[in-house]
Parts: sequence; structure tokens; C-alpha cells
Amino acid sequence: MRDVAFGQYFPGKSLIHRLDPRAKIILFIAHIVILFCTFSYPALAVTAVFTALFLILSGISPKFYFKSLKVIIFIVLFTSLLNLFYGSGEPIWQWWIFKITLNGINRAVFVTTRIICLILASSCLTFTTSPTELTDAIERLMKPLRVIHFPVHEIAMMMSLALRFVPTLLEETDKIMQAQKARGADMESGNLVKRVKALVPILIPLFVSAFRRAYDVATAMECRCYRGGAGRTRMKQIHMARRDAAAFVVMALVIGGVIVCNILFKAAI
Amino acid sequence: MSCVLELKNLSYVYGKGTPFEKRAVNRVSLQIHRGELIGVIGHTGSGKSTMMQMLNGLMRPTEGQVLLDGKDIWAEPKKIREVRFKVGMVFQYPEYQLFEETVRKDIAFGAKNRGLEGAALEQAIRDAADFTGLKPELLEKSPFELSGGEKRRAAIAGVIAMNPEVLVLDEPTAGLDPMGREVLLSQITRYHQERQNTVLLVTHSMEDIARVADRIIVMHKGNLVLFEPTRTVFSQGDRLKQWGLSVPQITAIMQDLRRRGLDVPDGVLTVDEAFRALLPLLKKEGKLW
Amino acid sequence: MSFISIQDVRFSYDEIEEGKPVRYAVDGVSLDVERGEFVAVIGHNGCGKSTLAKQLNAMLLPDSGKVIIDGDDTSVEENTYTIREKIGLVLQNPDNQLVASIVEEDVAFGPENLGVEPAEIRRRVDEALKAVDMYEYREHAPHKLSGGQKQRVAIAGILAIQPQCIVLDEPTAMLDPSGRQEVVSTLLKLNREQKMTVVLITHFMDEAVLADRVVVMDSGKILTQGTPEEVFSQVELLKKHRLDVPQSAELAYKLRGCGLKINHIPLTREDCVALLGEAMR
Repeated sequence: MRDVAFGQYFPGKSLIHRLDPRAKIILFIAHIVILFCTFSYPALAVTAVFTALFLILSGISPKFYFKSLKVIIFIVLFTSLLNLFYGSGEPIWQWWIFKITLNGINRAVFVTTRIICLILASSCLTFTTSPTELTDAIERLMKPLRVIHFPVHEIAMMMSLALRFVPTLLEETDKIMQAQKARGADMESGNLVKRVKALVPILIPLFVSAFRRAYDVATAMECRCYRGGAGRTRMKQIHMARRDAAAFVVMALVIGGVIVCNILFKAAI
Repeated sequence: MSCVLELKNLSYVYGKGTPFEKRAVNRVSLQIHRGELIGVIGHTGSGKSTMMQMLNGLMRPTEGQVLLDGKDIWAEPKKIREVRFKVGMVFQYPEYQLFEETVRKDIAFGAKNRGLEGAALEQAIRDAADFTGLKPELLEKSPFELSGGEKRRAAIAGVIAMNPEVLVLDEPTAGLDPMGREVLLSQITRYHQERQNTVLLVTHSMEDIARVADRIIVMHKGNLVLFEPTRTVFSQGDRLKQWGLSVPQITAIMQDLRRRGLDVPDGVLTVDEAFRALLPLLKKEGKLW
Repeated sequence: MSFISIQDVRFSYDEIEEGKPVRYAVDGVSLDVERGEFVAVIGHNGCGKSTLAKQLNAMLLPDSGKVIIDGDDTSVEENTYTIREKIGLVLQNPDNQLVASIVEEDVAFGPENLGVEPAEIRRRVDEALKAVDMYEYREHAPHKLSGGQKQRVAIAGILAIQPQCIVLDEPTAMLDPSGRQEVVSTLLKLNREQKMTVVLITHFMDEAVLADRVVVMDSGKILTQGTPEEVFSQVELLKKHRLDVPQSAELAYKLRGCGLKINHIPLTREDCVALLGEAMR
């Protein structure tokens, strides 16, 4: 569990690293929207090439991107199989209740490519943006919501604390599991009810420990003069630069390209 | 003396076959006799924790064997749970594993898993509570109401109640104050003496281990570098230093005095011993009344 | 007036029954700490030493008595943040003090809360990380560091606030010997080189021996205090309260009890060897 690459941050100085995190978040959302608006193969190719482009620019070893894909490989396989067998139209191949149609193949290809691009894009975002930058950007982007008394700073702070403690709690879960196994807890056999019951000795200590940590963290934050978002400054200033403008232009071109492709070429699904 | 645990060429390699391959335990072979109290020392990352987790089958060795009563514990992987009852393992900060409604139920958890019930279970709980000095009225309380030291003892009792043949304790005194440390240590030695069981004690406290261990295992970078009687180990201060370990202050003092030509024994382990060694010398010199 | 002045402080966590709580965690403690001093506080768990630590930076306020920090009373609400800027508190569990996912961002947390200018924060963060010898780890994730390293980052996080005094509540209790060594030598360096006032709460007497002054607490009260020599030569008193003394002190004390003439109680190995070597001549 602990060597999950998803959600990790790799410090660096690549172009993608240096983009304003707010720009990255907006671009990320735009990218997802456009991914799901591809209906023709050329349009899909444009988005796939674009994805590949920023992965290369991120300067992070492809090894880690593969690792992040490994986690969801089953979801990808499952959904693509489902799509493969449930297409409409003339069957090309048929056996018992399974039939493969051209439409099915197309759908499988589209869904698979979209999910893979989605995962790669979100990996790229978290690999190149530190959690603090990320939450800072979210806080700034949501700033207008403060008008309606939405607790923007608090939510951002909670997110950044959560991100900080995920690895710690995973490690803790591991330790508790080992300790309960050493007392003969049986987590590998039995029916569903038994297995759910077997989780109790793990979940309770985990909750207790999470509460204890939360209390400690709150104390530590107060000791370090924390008193909410008012008057806080940030060490790492984020500001839009020319490269961010350039990134938006590239994104606009991609969107334009996809729209043009969708109009010019016949929809495949 | 019969041999209760034997390690044969035991190794554990993390990430085998990947570029990150790391040998945490490297071809360790040793024999532990029934009824011994063994100290295990080594710098953090020396592989001692990994080795301990292989003793009760929580980790499966990548090479070599663990023999319990002469039988390879992985001979039948489906029965590995049995091994965990025979080799009881108390992890560091074991109080974080408490989860039941009452202390009694928590202590019973392991023993019940082993199949104990009725009077035998009750007896096991009572003995375990007694060894760890938990008062009977605490048994009906929630474990989360106990003090830090009491929680620690309740958690250790939970392992003792399984009636293991071998008890492994990983840093049982970590984070306790001097009094708590001393009390827990004397409870462990009492358990060891009364049950005549084998105990393995992993610790960073040289003073503690000098007082109680029969023999000491010294690990360094995954290798077993020394496995000798306590006195022999602590008379090799210079070698221990190379491995990032120390000797108790009193041992070092006596060693220095010996180097200065004083006729005191090597490998003195406690203040009392040092006192008894120095007393006749001082009397002879006429320095005492 | 002293930099820190604790005046007859009482504090209880319990509910008050018939005008008086059942038990005081801190029960009438008076203590002064001067600028630049290194004070160690020792005592059992539950003796009130951690409660006392939290009184120093206004995390807890006395039920009666006063805590005055550099002339400011902790119980006056306006003083809270000035006091927390002057007195940094480092806690026991290194994991639970680090709030950001990157070391340098964590160290920046304090000055950010104070509204310090970004360039100045950067300067302070670099300086603080260098002071605890963790500069080359500035871009690491905290959960991948060793206990000693985490605790040093926690100290850097306090240093970046630029306090005049650091109070540490059992900072080494959860560390291995090398981690303890790292933390203690960092504290000594800060005290000697930067004249930082240090209040170290610990139950390791080998750490207390290094302080200028040792305060022993028991049941919420100060049992005894003085230089390490003065405190640890009271072997009998400490043993009675089941506190540790250095083995050298215990040996010398026993031998003195049998009539050996020695002029002081040794606390270190070298001192003890020299003393006994002399006596044997």
C-alpha cells in the first residue's frame, strides 16, 4: 500500500512544476472536460498527444506514471470489457451472449484512452504540485465564495492536513494490522460478515489514534501561533507569469482542435 | 538444553529483483534454548525488527528457515496462525492496538483466537493481569480510561494470555518514565522466571539489557555480528561502538579503571557488581573504615 | 525581573468540587528562568512537568498565581500571541507536530501565521533548517524522515518564529539513542552559540546532566533544584522518589557511604574514573 505513487509529489524545476498551481488546476479541469467531449478518432488523438506532451514536459520518470496506472488497471480492464461486449449494431463476432460490434470496439478504445489520460493528467498535477501549493491554489480560486460565508481557508487547511497525514495513517494501519495478526486475528478467511467483523480490531485503534493525532496537531498549530486565515502570508508566492498565459493559449488551441475534429470527422461513438 | 528456536541461513530481501533491492536480514543462523532470556540490540535499521517479525511468521523469509521446536514454521503455510500463538509478539507502543470495550475482553482477544474458553480462559486472563501488575478492578474498565503505563501493561497482558512458548517484546519500555521502566522490566523477569519461558527482549537501553539478559544478539546492517553471553558482549565496548552501540556507563567506568591497572573484573554489568568488586580493593588499601 | 517568572502557580484539570479541585496537576510552583539559561525539568509522568510547560506559552492559564514572560502576564488575553512568539513549545510526538507535506513548507508555517513577508520567511526557513542541520532535507516529505530528523524539523519550525526561548516537552521520549543524541546536541548548540534560553523537560537524566540547572518535580511541586552536581548528589532523595541517577553517581555515593573520602559526586564516566583512580592511589 505504501509505495502507491498516486498523490505523491516530486520536487523539481520543470516547466510544469513552475506553472502557477491555479493555472494547473484550471487547465486540469479544462482537460478533463475536453477529454469527454472527444467523439472522433482525430479528436481523441489530439487530446492523447496533448497529454503525452505535458507528461514529457513534467520531467518525471515514466516509471512513476506507469506505477500510478497500475493501481487502476483493473478498473480500466473492466470498463473496457464491459463496453466491448455491450456495443450496439451489427456483431462482428458472437459467442453465446457475448457479441462484439464495431461500435463496441470504438467505445472500448474511447473509454480506455479517456480513463488513462485522466489518471495520467491527475498524476501529473499531484507529481508536480506540492500539496501546500495545491491547497493554496484552491483557496485562492474559491476566494469569491467567501462572500456567501463559505469557510474557504478552513477547507483548504483541512485538505492540506489530510494530505499530510494520509501516509502516516497508512503506515499506522499497517502496524495495527501486524499487531492484531500477532494476536491471532484472522483477516484472510471466512465469509463476508466474518471479514467485516475482523476489521473492528483495526478500525477502532485507527480511529482512536486519528483523534489523538488530531488533538496533538491542533495543539502544535496553536503553539505555532496559528489563529485562522486572517493576516496569514505565504512563503511561496504564486503568481501568473507569461508561461501560464502560454499554457492557456496551448489549451485553447487543443480545445479548438478537438472541436474542429469533431465537426470535420464522423463521430465514432 | 533443548533448542526452541533455530534460524537457519535466514534472509529477508525487500523488493527482490527490483533496482531497490535491499537486504534487511542477511543469512542469519542461530539457536535459542528453551528458557533463555535473550537481549536483541542493534542500531535502528540493523534488521532486528524484520528478523523478529519472521520469528512468528508475520513476514515470510525470502531465504532460509525458522525452526520452532525443530519444525519449519512455513512447512504448512495454512497453519501459520498456530505459530503466532506459540511465538507471542509485543510490538513497540502496543497500547495502540487496544480496541475492546473492557480490558478483560481485550486481554482475552488473543487467547480466544487460540481457542481458549471457560475456566482456562479466565485463568489465562488472571495470570496475565497478575504478571503485568494490573489490578483486578481495572479489568472491567474500558482500556481507553487507563493511564499510559496501564494501557501498555494491558496490551502486554493480551499477548501473555495466549500462553506463548516464546515471548518477543520490541522496546517494551519505550516512552515510559524511569519508575515505569523499572517496574515493567521486573515484571518481565518475574514472568520469565516463573513460567520458565523463552523471552526475547529488543531494546535500545543497554542498562536494562545488562541487568536481565542471559545472552545478547547484536545485529548490524542485517548481519548477526555477535551472539554471546551478556558479560562477553559488554566487555567488547570498542566493537559495540563501531556498530553504533554503547555499553552501560558503569561497564565503561570499570573498563577504564581496569585499563589503569586496577584489578577489577571485565564486563561489569551493574552498579552493585561494581561496588562489590571495588569494596575489597579499597579495604585493602585502607581507604575505608 | 527574570525572563520567565512563575509565581506560586496552581492548576488543575479536574472539576472544582466544594471550591477546591480534587487534585492539582501543578501545585504551588515558583520558578525563575534567566535569559540564556539551559534548565532541565525532570520527574515522573504525571508529576506536572508537561502541564507546567503549557503554562509557559499560555496554552494553559494558571488557576491561581501568575506566569510572567518578559514582563507580560500570560493570563492577559492580548498577550497570548506576543508570548507564543517569545516562547516556542516543542512537543513529544514528532509526527504530530509537522503540518505540511514538505519540510520547508512546514518550517514556514509559524512565520506565515505571523504574517511575515515572503522573502523574510524564506530567509528564516533556510536559517532555521541550517541551525538544526536539516537544510539538505528541505524538499523531503516529513513521513520519510527518521524520528530524530522529524524532531529537528519541529525545532526548526519553532526557530523560524524567532523565539527567545524554546520549551521542549519530552522531545526525546519517542526517539532511539541516535535520534536523542541529534536532538540534544542541537539544543546544546542553540544554547551555546545563539544564547537561546532552553527549558528541557525530560525523564532521561543523562540529558538533564548537560543543563545549567536541574529542577526536579514530584506531585505538582518542586522537589529540589540546583546545578546537576547539587541535584544528582542527593542520591538518596532521588532514589526514594524512584528517579534515575547516573550510575557513576550511584557508585560513588555507595562507596562514600562505606567511608571512602571523595570531595564530590561524579556525573560523568571520565570524572568518576579520575576520582576513583585518585582514591585508589
